[in-house]
Amino acid sequence: MTIVDTGMDTAVQETRDGSARRRLTSGLGPKAAGRRVRDELARVVMWLAFLVALVPLVWILGSVLVKGGHMLFESTWFTHSQRNITSSDVGGGAIHAIQGTLIQGAATALMAVPIGVFTAIYLVEYGRGALARAVSFMVDILTGVPSIVAALFIYAVWVTTFGFQRVGFAVALSLVLLMVPVVVRSTEEMLKLVPNELREASYALGVPKWKTIARIVIPTAFSGIVTGVLLGLARIMGETAPLLILGPYTKNIATNLFSGNMATLPTMINQDRVEALQPALDRVWGAALTLILLILLLNVVGRIIARFGAVRT
Amino acid sequence: MAKRIDVKDLNVYYGAFKAVEDVTMTVEPRSVTAFIGPSGCGKSTFLRTLNRMHEVVPGGRVEGHVMLDDQDLYSPKVDPVAVRRTVGMVFQRPNPFPTMSIFDNVAAGLRLNGLRDKKRLAERVETSLRGAHLWNEVKDRLDKPGAGLSGGQQQRLCIARAIAVRPSVLLMDEPCSALDPISTQAIEDLIGTLKSDYTIVIVTHNMQQAARVSDRTAFFNLAATGRPGRLVEMDDTQKIFSNPTQRATEDYISGRFG
Ligand SMILES: Nc1ncnc2c1ncn2[C@@H]1O[C@H](COP(=O)(O)OP(=O)(O)O)[C@@H](O)[C@H]1O
Ligand SMILES: [Mg+2]
Repeated sequence: MTIVDTGMDTAVQETRDGSARRRLTSGLGPKAAGRRVRDELARVVMWLAFLVALVPLVWILGSVLVKGGHMLFESTWFTHSQRNITSSDVGGGAIHAIQGTLIQGAATALMAVPIGVFTAIYLVEYGRGALARAVSFMVDILTGVPSIVAALFIYAVWVTTFGFQRVGFAVALSLVLLMVPVVVRSTEEMLKLVPNELREASYALGVPKWKTIARIVIPTAFSGIVTGVLLGLARIMGETAPLLILGPYTKNIATNLFSGNMATLPTMINQDRVEALQPALDRVWGAALTLILLILLLNVVGRIIARFGAVRT
Repeated sequence: MAKRIDVKDLNVYYGAFKAVEDVTMTVEPRSVTAFIGPSGCGKSTFLRTLNRMHEVVPGGRVEGHVMLDDQDLYSPKVDPVAVRRTVGMVFQRPNPFPTMSIFDNVAAGLRLNGLRDKKRLAERVETSLRGAHLWNEVKDRLDKPGAGLSGGQQQRLCIARAIAVRPSVLLMDEPCSALDPISTQAIEDLIGTLKSDYTIVIVTHNMQQAARVSDRTAFFNLAATGRPGRLVEMDDTQKIFSNPTQRATEDYISGRFG
């Protein structure tokens, strides 16, 4: 009678008449040699894959840090714009672009968060039947829309059809299209995590459904929803295509979303990138590092909120 | 305050599936009525029709009548939200609101129904916590999260939350099945005192518990899986446990099946 290794926690006993009978060994006994080898092999392969994936990440972060790190320590970087500074000059700062990115991000969030959260509430709490399936399908489609398509769509409506100027608000509109599906999906996940028992406990107190959602469900899922919003914001703040199409660059500080050009970090990078002069190239790397840090900050804050305020049950 | 429940010819459905068939019964005010029967026979489903919680489940619907004193709960003029204010419910697993303190949990039903007065809220919270035999254990930490209490305390917190809105009827669906014997004892004692003010209906899988706490017992059964559950017989608890009329009841309480 031989015991054949099957690579699982069961062993097959060959009985005398040749038929194999599975028997649970309940995890006792030594690991079979074949399984140990495969285990090691899988471990090595996974570590290699991980290291390979890490190479470009470390490379990018490294070169941006090396080439742009010193710009962030320039005394004027976070205080001055590029007003009156040519590409051959050193000096000036990126505050106009940082501000523009933040203003457009905030305007986007202001529109995308209510739309996204209310859509998610509809889908999780109310949606039944064909309409809910249609909405969910639309959100799926929106998730797959490339940013340049969103930008061109807004261009077609805003500029071609209505004849408006290319302004910060148009950029925000196109970013809304990209942010809404992210907010919908993450909020949906968080609302689904709220146990049904809590809704029923509230109904059983004679609380109407909308009040149950507003006062019990949303507060329970709140930190998760905030995390989703921040991650969605991080995703759209780095978008470039809508900015190139709808948000022309300016070296000056601009705060008006509805008229004039407004600088952003991606358009600043794009502007100075075409220059061959070192001061401009330094600013490209500086702006890139600033953008990375901004997005990293949003991500980290989002994760911290997620960690400390997970849906409690 | 306590009210009588009269159920007439009630059928309960989940979509096309008939879960409970043809129930007619009377539940007396200021008494404890226990529902017993094998699992899956529709005790919870039927219980939830008594405060219109059944229709919260997608596809859930009901045929027949449930009278609360003289009012038909299923009349088209009746608002289910108002029904649930009159007929409170305690669930199998303690489910305090996780974002709220002990005080806020008990005050939740009152606040969400519009009571703002701080002093009256504090009074009602204290009365309810005393009524749920929990006041002495939590009076020094009312601002701490309700989820931080032990399972038995959480369940009493849920009872306090339910009685804070002053219902006439209290429904309990296996309120002790997730609790240890000491906490179970505490809840059973509590039921004994609550019955002087409320009409109490309790589902239990524990027949000793039914015998200990209830005045009347209803035995539910189902002919086979996939068939609707039915009320087999309902009588004084003493009679059900000593001398039931139906053979099926006798088999069940003597442990021959179920
Ligand atoms: N949400 C639901 N949807 C469909 N069927 C259900 C649902 N809940 C319970 N049922 C069915 O209804 C029957 C009665 O269940 P239930 O009332 O939970 O029984 P009990 O509480 O007596 O154990 C069972 O056949 C069960 O499968
Ligand atoms: Mg049940």
